[in-house]
Amino acid sequence: MNKKIVTIALGAALSLSASAALADTLEDVQAKGYLQCGVTPSTPGFASPDENNNWSGIDVDYCRAMAAAIFDDPEAVRFTPLTSKERFTALSSGEIDVLSRTTTWTMSRDTNLGISFTGVMFYDGQGFMVPKDLGVNSALELSDAAVCIESGTTTELNAADYFATNGMNYNPVVFEDQDEVVKAYDDGRCDVFTTDSSALAAERFSLADPDAHKILPQIISKEPLGPSVRQGDDLWFNISRWVYFALLEAEEYGVNQANVDEMLGSENPSVRRLLGVEGEFGSYVGLPGDWAYRVIKHVGNYADVYERNVTPIGIERAGSLNDLWTRGGLQYSPPIR
Amino acid sequence: MAKSQEQLHERRSLSSLIYDPQFRSYAFQILLLLVLVGFGWWIVQNTVTNLQAQNKTTGFDFLSNTAGFDIGFSLVPYSRESTYLEVFYVGILNTLLVAITGIVLATLLGFVLGIARLSSNWIIARLATIYIEIIRNIPLLLQLFFWYFAVLKSMPSVRSSLELVGGAVFLNNRGLYLPNPNANSAFLWVQIAIALVLVGGFFLQRWSIRRVELTGERFPYIPVFLVLLIVVPTVTWFVSGAEWNITYPELNRFNFQGGIQLPPEFVALLFGLVIYTAAFIGETVRAGIVSVSSGQTEAAQSLGLKNNDRLNLVVIPQAMRVIVPPLTSQYLNLTKNSSLAVAIGYPDIVNVFMGTALNQSGKAIEVIFMTMMVYLTLSLLTSMIMNWYNARIALTER
Repeated sequence: MNKKIVTIALGAALSLSASAALADTLEDVQAKGYLQCGVTPSTPGFASPDENNNWSGIDVDYCRAMAAAIFDDPEAVRFTPLTSKERFTALSSGEIDVLSRTTTWTMSRDTNLGISFTGVMFYDGQGFMVPKDLGVNSALELSDAAVCIESGTTTELNAADYFATNGMNYNPVVFEDQDEVVKAYDDGRCDVFTTDSSALAAERFSLADPDAHKILPQIISKEPLGPSVRQGDDLWFNISRWVYFALLEAEEYGVNQANVDEMLGSENPSVRRLLGVEGEFGSYVGLPGDWAYRVIKHVGNYADVYERNVTPIGIERAGSLNDLWTRGGLQYSPPIR
Repeated sequence: MAKSQEQLHERRSLSSLIYDPQFRSYAFQILLLLVLVGFGWWIVQNTVTNLQAQNKTTGFDFLSNTAGFDIGFSLVPYSRESTYLEVFYVGILNTLLVAITGIVLATLLGFVLGIARLSSNWIIARLATIYIEIIRNIPLLLQLFFWYFAVLKSMPSVRSSLELVGGAVFLNNRGLYLPNPNANSAFLWVQIAIALVLVGGFFLQRWSIRRVELTGERFPYIPVFLVLLIVVPTVTWFVSGAEWNITYPELNRFNFQGGIQLPPEFVALLFGLVIYTAAFIGETVRAGIVSVSSGQTEAAQSLGLKNNDRLNLVVIPQAMRVIVPPLTSQYLNLTKNSSLAVAIGYPDIVNVFMGTALNQSGKAIEVIFMTMMVYLTLSLLTSMIMNWYNARIALTER
């Protein structure tokens, strides 16, 4: 009898270890009926909840687009606010299905953390904000300044690189939470607040007196911000990547949220392939043929998403890196064919 | 027939084995051990499989990689070129700094509070009660936020710093700035003098105790020691040249440079930990003193012992036996609670190593394991020291 218990225990252990290792994310997500998406706790334009806990932002809309592609329902998504420190562990432990949290695509993260980046939703760069009354006009004048930084970010590393390269000293004051960083800067704990320049623009409006602060002209780093998924699940990786491409492809061929139903009758083969009228591209990523139609119908194309979320925080798209490649930007999608 | 008899015999021996208490106790312990080992094996196996599935590397090699980030407050030289191992050391030292300073100050404040609560002065006793009841019933994290943002909000900005001690000490919302006495030859002699006085004080105490035992005459060794501690180093300093070589904090474009700087994160964390833990230590001390029966005090009085002697020779030695074990727990709590530093940005080990270093290197399991080992080691060391002290002051039973 004793032997039996041991056998059962070991057998159970073996079967458990087998099931944990071979996870199929799409199946799991479909089974539970919603997508679990990791976002920032509060960065206007990227992800922030309103009073009724309705999330909005470009990162949020990306998750809604994925939910639309999988469930034909942009509300079939639950958001997990994560600090910079928690985000990768949350993704690799399976707590979330996709991480869409102003996360910079770097080599070490893409190769060594067990995650894969699937696209660049927003091309950003790190900047500095200072109170106007300091009289600083360039980041090169910041020697010996106290600098407020969020911990566990590329920002922290870039700042160290920048000050070392330019032979300047600085005093890093590091917090876990972006809100605390902003509060400490507003209270005068630091002379400088540094983070991605888009976030600087957004956070400036949360300061007590936005007009008393300015953003310095220097951009000291490349910050391609994009969604990421766990490594080792190629189907899920493809879904994540092609939902992003569908947003761009739709914009390029003039398909937007308002005219998507009209466009179903389009003669343009590229549009017909995108919307699933021609071909069976959906089945390649384990989804129905109208996967991209659902995304555009519920969420819109990249321009819709940008104008809804990023334009209101005062970051122009025209002429920036985030414009479509046809207008000189970097947003480019491989063809759907 | 013979066969069935054999079977019967065998069954009997099997059943008698089950009813044998010795066999039973061993069997169940072995079974439990097997289940535990199996469970542990499953966890390790599962972790390894999952890490491999995600293409993650494991091991401690990352410790020799360049960390690439800076730390705002460090007791040893540190720069962005330092390795993760050095981040680990910086974190441990910062944790030790706040834990040790905190333990010393919390003990002092706690003893004052405990005695104050027993004071016959109504106001003092009530104030101590109010303090303890308020402080120990509010979560420590909230208190830390209160101290940090209260300290930060109430302090002037850098350019309108408070000047104290004739412009040698500055206080602002970036911290407390003190002059730094640099080591030169004069200070070496002063340090030697202080060391000599400390050693001398130890022998003075032993001599005066023996003198009391032999002759009954008392020697006021504590005041004498304190006077020596001030006079001898001062005289040494004058004799060795009376040379000042002190760096004063100076305001440059953004901040004060030079001198000793205590960041507000450290001050707030220390305040929070000391004030919180002192409330618990106060109650421990009160419990210890109350546990000494009033008969002991009365007996000491009837022997004609003075107030001080009654306290030092009769009450405190007996109270300490009750105080020390729970006091150890409070020391452990303080050390472990210092990990809340992460909330207000003090670079302790949880903040810089388990936070930033973990995130930048991605070695979650290794980093968390090392951090847990640090706290375990610190706690066991504290326990060991306190147990040794406890054994020393324990009532010698005859």
